[in-house]
Amino acid sequence: MGRVLAVIIWIITALSVLMFVSKKWWFPAAISEHGPALDRQFLITILVVGISFAAAQIGLGWMVWKYRDTGKAGDRGTYTHGSNRLEVLWTVITAVVFITLAVMGQSVWAQLRLHDAPAGSYTVEVVAQQFQWNFHYPGKDNVFGHTDPKLIDDSALNYVGLDPGDPNAKDDAVTASLVVPVNRPVELRLRSKDVIHSFWVPPLRFKQDLVPGMEIKVHFTPTKVGKYELACAELCGQQHYKMRAFMLVLPDEELNAIRVMSQEQFQARMTELLAKYPTVID
Amino acid sequence: MSDVSHEGVHRHPAPTGFIRKYIFSLDHKVIGIQYILLALAAVLVGMTMSLLMRLKLSWPDHKFALLGTLFKAGAPDGVMNPEFYLSLVTMHGTIMVFFVLTTAPQGGFGNYFLPIQIGAEDMAFPTLNMMSFWVTFIGFVVILAAIFFSGAESTVGPIGGWTGYAPLSALGAIAGPGQGMGMNLWIISIAIFCVGSLLGALNFITTLLNMRTKGMSLMRMPLTCWAWFTTAVLALLSFPVLLGGGILLLLDRLAGTSFFIPGGLYVSGVLSGTNPNFPLHTGGSPILWQHLFWFFGHPEVYIAILPGMGATSHILATFARKPVFGYRAMVFAIFAIGLLGFFVWGHHMFISGMSPYSAIAFSVLTLSIGVPSAVKTFNWIGTLWGARIRFTTAMLFAIGFVSLFVSGGITGLILGQSSLDLAMHDTYIVPAHFHLVMGVASIFGMFAAIYFWFPKMFGRYLDERIGKIHFWVTFVGVYCIFVPMHVMGLVGMPRRYSQFTEYGFLNKLHPLVLFVSISAIITITVQLLFYFNLVWSLFKGAKAPDNAWEATTLEWSTSTPPPHDNFAGVLPTVYHGPYEFAVPGAPNDFVMQTDAEVEVSSNGHNGHH
Repeated sequence: MGRVLAVIIWIITALSVLMFVSKKWWFPAAISEHGPALDRQFLITILVVGISFAAAQIGLGWMVWKYRDTGKAGDRGTYTHGSNRLEVLWTVITAVVFITLAVMGQSVWAQLRLHDAPAGSYTVEVVAQQFQWNFHYPGKDNVFGHTDPKLIDDSALNYVGLDPGDPNAKDDAVTASLVVPVNRPVELRLRSKDVIHSFWVPPLRFKQDLVPGMEIKVHFTPTKVGKYELACAELCGQQHYKMRAFMLVLPDEELNAIRVMSQEQFQARMTELLAKYPTVID
Repeated sequence: MSDVSHEGVHRHPAPTGFIRKYIFSLDHKVIGIQYILLALAAVLVGMTMSLLMRLKLSWPDHKFALLGTLFKAGAPDGVMNPEFYLSLVTMHGTIMVFFVLTTAPQGGFGNYFLPIQIGAEDMAFPTLNMMSFWVTFIGFVVILAAIFFSGAESTVGPIGGWTGYAPLSALGAIAGPGQGMGMNLWIISIAIFCVGSLLGALNFITTLLNMRTKGMSLMRMPLTCWAWFTTAVLALLSFPVLLGGGILLLLDRLAGTSFFIPGGLYVSGVLSGTNPNFPLHTGGSPILWQHLFWFFGHPEVYIAILPGMGATSHILATFARKPVFGYRAMVFAIFAIGLLGFFVWGHHMFISGMSPYSAIAFSVLTLSIGVPSAVKTFNWIGTLWGARIRFTTAMLFAIGFVSLFVSGGITGLILGQSSLDLAMHDTYIVPAHFHLVMGVASIFGMFAAIYFWFPKMFGRYLDERIGKIHFWVTFVGVYCIFVPMHVMGLVGMPRRYSQFTEYGFLNKLHPLVLFVSISAIITITVQLLFYFNLVWSLFKGAKAPDNAWEATTLEWSTSTPPPHDNFAGVLPTVYHGPYEFAVPGAPNDFVMQTDAEVEVSSNGHNGHH
């Protein structure tokens, strides 16, 4: 019985490790400046996790394999209540390893979250609602028009409550897809009209909740041109599973052309670009 | 302290009528069994819901005729709609966390065995004990009511997940299906549950501190008692916060307050304050709910698993025929986990919009909690080192617990890092992690416990052949279900999606989703064997002697099943530590705690040689 259990534990361990090592199901290729650093941190972590996991399961299996009751009279187990030296040893080792990992794990976080977006970042307002994304661009003047929840009117397609009386709002565009430049810092100002949503683009290695009542500023730098799927990652209600949008990362010339366009031109050009770029899914 | 007389404080005569004996019983043993029955009923509901969820995820458009008949609104023509799926997610989580993982380990086994293991005749407050069960039971009735009162909304309850994030949970029917009466009942049920757990926690703490028998010093207590005690302290300090949060949430919904609802919301085409269905709200904070919820929610994880850890230590030592390795370190580790458990709730909220600086503190504290967890694992493996293992079903489940605790717990090193959480948060690696560790490992602890203690409770062994089939399939099955979910998370698959049909990047995961569903169907089906075993063995199982497993602690020194006052009027005196197996020179390979004849050099006080 013990040997069967040991073998099963070992097989489960080997197959589990294989599932990760084969990389058959793995992260999509990173498309952000911080992505490779995050992937490196993940690799270091999964190495520590994998080694600890395998060592513990192999050790457990070994004990189960080796130390079974023989049924012989007088054959007893080793009488010991433990060893202080061992307790200190493994407490110190695990503390050092785990806390080192935790400290290392802060670098990407600090780079992204403890600093404001660099000056001159490309800025977009993101306004989420059940079950749709709205992206608000400042237009030619590079100034966002005034918005007010009282002016929101979904039936009139004023999804973000843009104030028509504000001159700065005249050249603004609001669309259902996100366009951002490649290799330039992007700042998103995240808001929600109703419940909590979450901005999630897997290849970007980036996620942030959009919380009603708050404007959350985040930043990242995309590094690869293409069309990527944007998913909602926080349960927001019935249609949560299909609250999808696209994020287009564009070369400078394409982006510069589109960002000075009027709402209608912007919309039309966006449709063309969405058709031009295939969705990157790996 | 341990030899203070407490006679008269708790003594009550054995009841004679059926109602006082089995329904409104003051006997901690009956109450323990009531809790276990409640959990056995609740887990059937929760498990059925997970089965339905897997059907939806793997066959999103298939027409299940039976479902169409049963849930006309939620599954018209047998195709489950998204809100029906989400209500299953919510109710599965709520029922499993509260009515299974909190009731069986603590209310069930803790109630039955804590007083016996410390040599007490009952709990300190038997009436309070009865109340805590019946309050919990009412909570269960109310959560079932949430299922039935939501039928018109085409759900089986609210759809906000077991975490009930505001403002989705606070807005009422305007926020979509599943946010009406079912949501109110959900909150009320949890509030009632909080009260029941608080009453229970007070009782556990008082009983353990005041009612230990002569010689039962703290460091001679079985590790199960340490675990139940720490769990009770966690419950005492965390449930009031959830209770408070729940009341505020209910007020937001019913009294028009704005604790969690900010101003200027525009929901389903309506601006707050411009419509009688959506009154004016202003000034609330959605993140406040998350702080209150997780201040409870993280300790709750340890409430679920600590008793399983205690049972595992207890059962490993018994069938390893060896003392627990590092008893003292095990006690400290339980305490360290309990204490640190109160300082890590923020790791659920890295990307919630809270301060990024506090995320750093929460991250480092979270990885620190891995240290006492690793210490426990080392000591369990140390307990098996040099053992003479008897492979009973209880022992197999205890070994399974260790394996699963490692597998589930170790990924906490990934999820606890704020940087990595940018990619991992709310993907399938999160359910993979917590199901393995707080779900399945805890349940394995309880399976070990029931196979171990059933002969004491009912005088008959559970059938070992059925038990072993149950173990093998379940052990392999849960790995097949939850390991693939980790890599789904790496690909980026979000949680709480009712189907994976809308995204190109999820397509390559379809074979894995199907594999998980098939594994789940098999594993769930095999649990019926366990239920059969419980009933069959109750009447036909092999008869068990008083000390069914040649074990050492006090529950094995009294008759089977234990008499009403546990020790037939004579409280035992304790001479040894809890796990004196393989003592050199002793006549048997086990020395019972009550055995005055045998000299044990360590006397169980000093954990180390």
